[in-house]
Amino acid sequence: MTLIVNGIGLLIIAAIIIWFWLWRARATQATTNAVDIVVANGVYKPDVIEMKRGTKLTLNFNREDPSPCAEQVIFHGLDISETLPVGKIKTIKLTPQHSGNYRFTCQMQMYQGTLKVVDA
Amino acid sequence: MTPPANNTTQLLNIDGAHCAGCVRTIETALRAVPGVSSAHMNLAERTVSIDGAVNSNALIEAVKNAGYSATLPVNVDDYSERDAAERVHAKALRRNMIFALAVGAPLMLWGIFGGSMMVMPHSSSQIEWGALGIVTLAVLIFAGGHFFRGAWQAFIHHHATMDTLIALGTGSAWLYSMEVVIAPQFFPDAARHVYFEASALIIGLINLGQVLELRARGKTSQAIRRLLDLRAKTARVVRDEQEIEVPLEQVQRDDHIRVRPGEKIAVDGEVIDGDSYIDESMLTGEPMPVRKKNGDAVAAGTLNQSGTLLFRATKVGADTALAQIIALVKKAQGAKPAIGRLADTISAIFVPSVLIIAVVSALLWFNFGPEPKIAYLFIVATTVLIIACPCALGLATPMSVMVGVGKAASAGILIQRGDALQTAAQLDTIVLDKTGTITAGKPTVFEIFAADENEQQLLQLAASIEQYSEHPLAQAIVRAANSKRTLPTPTTEFAAHNGKGVSATIDGALIRIGNRRWLETEHIDCSALLASADAIAAQAGTAIFIARDNQALGVIGVADRIKEDSKEAIARLHQRGLRVAMLTGDSHAAAEIIAREVGIDDVFADVLPEHKAAKIAELRAQGRKVGMVGDGINDAPALAGADVGFAIGTGTDVAIESADIVLMRGSLHGVADAIEVSQATLRNIKQNLFGAFIYNIVGIPIAAGVLYPFLGVLMNPIFAGAAMSLSSVTVISNANRLRLLRIGSEREKTA
Repeated sequence: MTLIVNGIGLLIIAAIIIWFWLWRARATQATTNAVDIVVANGVYKPDVIEMKRGTKLTLNFNREDPSPCAEQVIFHGLDISETLPVGKIKTIKLTPQHSGNYRFTCQMQMYQGTLKVVDA
Repeated sequence: MTPPANNTTQLLNIDGAHCAGCVRTIETALRAVPGVSSAHMNLAERTVSIDGAVNSNALIEAVKNAGYSATLPVNVDDYSERDAAERVHAKALRRNMIFALAVGAPLMLWGIFGGSMMVMPHSSSQIEWGALGIVTLAVLIFAGGHFFRGAWQAFIHHHATMDTLIALGTGSAWLYSMEVVIAPQFFPDAARHVYFEASALIIGLINLGQVLELRARGKTSQAIRRLLDLRAKTARVVRDEQEIEVPLEQVQRDDHIRVRPGEKIAVDGEVIDGDSYIDESMLTGEPMPVRKKNGDAVAAGTLNQSGTLLFRATKVGADTALAQIIALVKKAQGAKPAIGRLADTISAIFVPSVLIIAVVSALLWFNFGPEPKIAYLFIVATTVLIIACPCALGLATPMSVMVGVGKAASAGILIQRGDALQTAAQLDTIVLDKTGTITAGKPTVFEIFAADENEQQLLQLAASIEQYSEHPLAQAIVRAANSKRTLPTPTTEFAAHNGKGVSATIDGALIRIGNRRWLETEHIDCSALLASADAIAAQAGTAIFIARDNQALGVIGVADRIKEDSKEAIARLHQRGLRVAMLTGDSHAAAEIIAREVGIDDVFADVLPEHKAAKIAELRAQGRKVGMVGDGINDAPALAGADVGFAIGTGTDVAIESADIVLMRGSLHGVADAIEVSQATLRNIKQNLFGAFIYNIVGIPIAAGVLYPFLGVLMNPIFAGAAMSLSSVTVISNANRLRLLRIGSEREKTA
């Protein structure tokens, strides 16, 4: 019994590490220059977006979650922060000049996403 | 007039309606208007919606005739919509809270007052608790469903959030209890305890926390709301010699707009007719109204006071200074000063770490804890999951920044770069440009000495000639004469002598106006004027000598005067422990006089404009944190080179890229104010971060049971739920305290 419980516990810990930390998301390629992002139930959908450096990208945020957590979206390192209205589309246009991974999150960082900017 | 609308729905705001009876009256009055097919009033929101093909003016008229007043809700900005959405959300949260507490509280009271929370195998308690378990499940689904949905969505996206913690915590408490109910025989006697009340109460408390949070958050955006409220709703546009009131959105560039006393300026423009005083304090923080006449610029959102003005719209919509200010404040409010980065890093890995801590603590209890081990395993895991609060950590910085930036904006201080808020709080040296920063930047006459004691006549004589000169000192004399309403005397043969002065002929006599050296080389005896000239020089003024033919008539002192409150503002900087330096192109002697008068510590004189930035770099190389204050145009490189660049006295011209902080008011008090707000904000952020870190650092181990071996106590999961839901409210409330901050220049206004 002791062995089983401890074993399960360790497996859960391993699963947490693998699932939440080691797993790398496949990016949604910004093939067109616009991506629609739904903000609902604690996640951005899609939450990983890839684009080419120096190109223009339009992100259309559609916030469905009325809780204040979802209210703002902040692009760390890009100096962009916007308030998202509930039930309406908020358009954010950006043209990153440097490649790299930029996280975009809500104020409390519960909503999380990554903008991958790759070299053209 | 506005054309009759096609068959549409229109919304009007109603004032003066307080009872159900009013609703009938207003609706009946509106329905009687030709073209209206229906009218419905919402008493709670004080709005009425009207269907039909009818002109809105006719509707407003009808409401007025019924004894009330109505306005068009033009400019439905983000906030009124947002407020409506928030109201709906708050209502749902309250409903959830009541349901969950209604189930959880009686269960908890039952337990507290000695009721059995245990389940006995093969007894009626199994059925009773089973039924209560189903009710609790209903609470989890209806009042806490959003946590579970959120947790699941996050999970499949490989994220762990706040929802994950709540769903796992309450879910595991329920699951454990349900297992006890179904098969108590598998559990040791002491472990046959149910925790349904914990699940329900935690869900209730967290909903309560979110209601409080929603309310507290509303206040953090007050500053931006105040700015949004400055926008006029309509403007009186003059078209074809007729004044028409049009909604703000329809005003176009080059429209001619009439403003009457007491009305708001709708868009940025240039006065083409009229003369009035305008209160710009809402934008610039400058308390004195500003006189506006032909050719002067007016800014949207400011208030016309006394006269009527006609102005041409130069900037509309998002181009107005007000719109730019709003955009700047919004942007700065979202900025993250460096101090918040650590919290950010931790937030990003927080939830999975808590999950691991929960599992580890559960295992520790299982292996080393007392019996019933299996019960403690679940309780400890639940309590750890529930008490951990990533929200407080994540909110600590942004909430303070939001309120601090807003507070600054209402004092006419615009923070352009988010980091500036933190850097400004850490400055140790302030470098002030002289001209236009410490001084008014405009020479004025401050002393007139006439040998024959007729000062008025001397000024008139000088102005009559100087009116032809472009020199700034000459202009000062002309302005002084104008303000005394003297009339110029006819002159002939005006000539400007480079580096010496000017001359002209009046009534056949040759009049010379210029420096002493020139007059003396022309063999004019100036000795009678020397005492006055020295007095002028002692006040850092320039002495201008006037002579008729070979006789010295008098001397006029012109200087760029120190702004009235410069000395006081510099004293405030000293009080904060800052060293204050002055940077100027003037000679050392002249600079010293000003420096002594206002209390400057270091004087850097004879600095050419192009060397100002180098001087700043030099100070920074000495390890000082330097704030540079200048007008933002001539000083751009120096401003950009400083740790924090302050552009001062920009009025409503706010798009100054080289500055980190724009002070719309001309007074140096703005610098002290900005530093005060920054320091208060930084202090507030530190309090919040400290609180949030300590809360988690202390709370999580206690929840995991570190106190148990020493004191024999273990935290109740319900207590964890209460603490958690209060922690983020506390952070937001502490940030809101910043709104009450009284900055120096406000104190003195009310004193």
